[in-house]
This record gives sequence, structure tokens and C-alpha cells, in this order.
Amino acid sequence: MTNSTPVKTKPAVTPSQNASTIAVIAPALGWLIPGAGHMIQRRWIRGTLLLLSIGSLFVLGLLMQGHIYKANGGDILDILGFIGDLGAGGIYIISLAMNWGQGAIAMATADYGTKFMIVAGLLNFIAVADAYHIAIGKKQ
Amino acid sequence: MVQLTHFSAAFVFALCASVVFGITHRETTRDMVRYGLYCFVMFLGGVIVAGWAMWLIRR
Repeated sequence: MTNSTPVKTKPAVTPSQNASTIAVIAPALGWLIPGAGHMIQRRWIRGTLLLLSIGSLFVLGLLMQGHIYKANGGDILDILGFIGDLGAGGIYIISLAMNWGQGAIAMATADYGTKFMIVAGLLNFIAVADAYHIAIGKKQ
Repeated sequence: MVQLTHFSAAFVFALCASVVFGITHRETTRDMVRYGLYCFVMFLGGVIVAGWAMWLIRR
């Protein structure tokens, strides 16, 4: 006599597990490479625009001989500058490794460059939060 | 090395920040474009208004 009841197989990855995984990976990747958190969720145009905007702001800041802040425990403005710069993720790490942005600020445009890089990092923090909201389904 | 004038630096800043604000603060594509344009105009408009205000104060 055969058993006619269908055999239920447990899927290897449930949808909720998938969502929680992407909710961790997307922001992390988005921090490392601006826009990648959106691209990994198939928001190609948004991701590309974020990459271009944040990346060009940071690179222009470097080309304008802006200053890059390192981890420090001194002046509060230096600490805030470091937090801002840190937001740029991979570009910031590469810049530190290559010892870019360490020259003395000798002209007004260099100070603009410093601000450009801080703002690029802060904008990337917003993009990371947006990637997370997309991953958890709070935003389309 | 790149040397930007104050206005061109403000223009680049406004453009990049507006794109990010538009994408991250709105849901639909149409709303993103509208909000991005609004932010861009406000950024640049603020620069021009502040510039004229400082010119008036100086006189």
C-alpha cells in the first residue's frame, strides 16, 4: 500500500532568511562601494547615480588637495571630520593606504575639497540607510 | 590639481547632493526627479541669495 500524502521538503533558504541576509549585506556593501547596496538589489540606475555623485564628490575633493582626517582623539571638529570621511568607505580606505590628502592646506579651494570629502561620506551614510530600507521592504 | 571657483564648487556640490537626496528621500521615480530638482534650485538659490545679502551688508 502506497502512502499518497505529498512529502513536504523544507527549502534550504526561507524568504525571511534571505531578507535578513540582504539587510546585512546591502548596507555593508553600500558603505564599502557607494551605490553597490542598491545595485545588489537590482536598482541599477539608482546605484550608478549614487556611485557617480558620491564618488565624483570625493575624487574632486582629493584633486582639490583637500585634507583627509585620520582616526584621532583630539579636537572635536577633527573627530567629526574623521566620522564624515569614514562614511565614504572603500574610497576613504584606499586614500589612507595611498597616503593621499595629507598635504597642508594652502589655498581656499583645498578647504572646499576637505568639505567635499566629508559631505561625500555623509551622503554615503544616507545611501546606506536607503539600501537598508529597500532590503527590509520599507521602501521600493 | 583642480581649482574651482566658489560658484562652480557650489554648483558641483548642489548637483551631487541633490541627486543623492532625490534618490534617498522619495519613493517613485517622478518624485525623485522633482525633489532632486527642488533641492538643486534651493542649494543654488541659497548661494545666490546669500551672495547678494553679503554684497548689501558690505555696502
